[in-house]
Amino acid sequence: MGLAKRVIPCLDVDQGRVVKGVQFEGIRDAGDPVEISRRYNQEGADEITFLDITASHENRATTYDTVSRMASEVFIPLTVGGGVRNTDNIRDLLLAGADKVSINTAAVFEPEFVKKAADKFGSQCIVVAIDAKQVGPDRWEIFTHGGRKPTGFDAVEWAQRMVSYGAGEILLTSMDRDGTRDGFDLDLTRSVADAVTVPVIASGGVGNLRHLVDGVIEGHAEAVLAASIFHFGQFTIGEAKEAMANAGIEIRR
Amino acid sequence: MRQTVAVIDYGSGNLHSVAKAVEHAGSNQVVVTSDAATIAAVDRVILPGVGAMGDCMRGLQERGLDRVVLDLIGSKPLMAVCVGMQILTEYGEESSGIHALGVFQGHITQFPRSMTGCAGEPLKVPHMGWNEVMQVSHPMWEGIPDRTRFYFVHSYRYADIHAECVVGTCDYGSPFAAALARDRVFAVQFHPEKSHDFGIQLYRNFLTWDGTC
Repeated sequence: MGLAKRVIPCLDVDQGRVVKGVQFEGIRDAGDPVEISRRYNQEGADEITFLDITASHENRATTYDTVSRMASEVFIPLTVGGGVRNTDNIRDLLLAGADKVSINTAAVFEPEFVKKAADKFGSQCIVVAIDAKQVGPDRWEIFTHGGRKPTGFDAVEWAQRMVSYGAGEILLTSMDRDGTRDGFDLDLTRSVADAVTVPVIASGGVGNLRHLVDGVIEGHAEAVLAASIFHFGQFTIGEAKEAMANAGIEIRR
Repeated sequence: MRQTVAVIDYGSGNLHSVAKAVEHAGSNQVVVTSDAATIAAVDRVILPGVGAMGDCMRGLQERGLDRVVLDLIGSKPLMAVCVGMQILTEYGEESSGIHALGVFQGHITQFPRSMTGCAGEPLKVPHMGWNEVMQVSHPMWEGIPDRTRFYFVHSYRYADIHAECVVGTCDYGSPFAAALARDRVFAVQFHPEKSHDFGIQLYRNFLTWDGTC
């Protein structure tokens, strides 16, 4: 017995509402983030990830308010990402009640920012989010701006660099799989998970419970993240854990 | 019985969630404070902690709160969380070495670099997530089943599980202390405020704990 693999529902939040797109487009409304997190909390979610996809600056106040309301009711770890660009953003999110913040685009533009953030707030609360697309056999590249802009960085090397800068965890999303329901990119997940010393969260593409099992057993992920299979009532968190336990994976009940 | 609780603010992270969890557990008066007089006036005190042990020690010292904490040991119930627990030990090997408050004997050491799990798989550091806590009989565990999982996130730990003060253990690569206790002090390596219902139960127990072991 030991550390449990984690199941993390992800809320993509736009102006205070949970939405879910297919390959970063075609948005569907899935409800109120606080209400949804309360339900996931009761169902046994191990953590919640909140990605603020609100583009405009003026809506950040809504985000802090939502995070604060979630943190007052939901007593499991909460990771918040989206638009984290400087240490003030991080401080504000932690003060609002986030336990970890996820840095994506800002890390690509200014890798030293990750170092600065980890020094200031501790690696335990710095998650680096990596959006990767396959560009060749066993080769994945980092993309920014919701998968539209290539950066030329190799995903595995980038993950290692981010860990050396102090990232405490990697949130790894396959842009090829996100929203497809075809399952995680297991080769990508395993390549990154085996290359870094910190936990890797697999993300992008979950369409059924077998995919979650595969992410851990074949992808070597410490945690699996999914959105739409939970939001639209296809499966509960409990069912996800049951499937993982049946496959011999240690989970928290 | 309503209890006033002070969460000590020394510049460490997420005090909000500790305060909210204690409110949720039933205290109608939780203050987050760095004021010595306020801390002296409340019924119970919580010493939180997030980040590096050195930063936390410095944060306490800069505000003169190291003395405040030492003065209240044994006089009123104190609960310490995560790095809050670590700074109650004697010494931590984080960065170039941190001399801590010495309320508990023993040291905080780093998880070894290459640890493997029972199936030979490499174990990641930080130790992050839900792990089982094996209890040693103590009133603070009231209503919490043995081997309940709590949420941990840390890269350093108290490894001497045979020390007399250890009242809970956990295993990650090798066993380490999940909880330490002595007269009127209960300290945990995990985060009760992030550990769902049983974490709240632990804070609830703290609100009624008479301080005995």
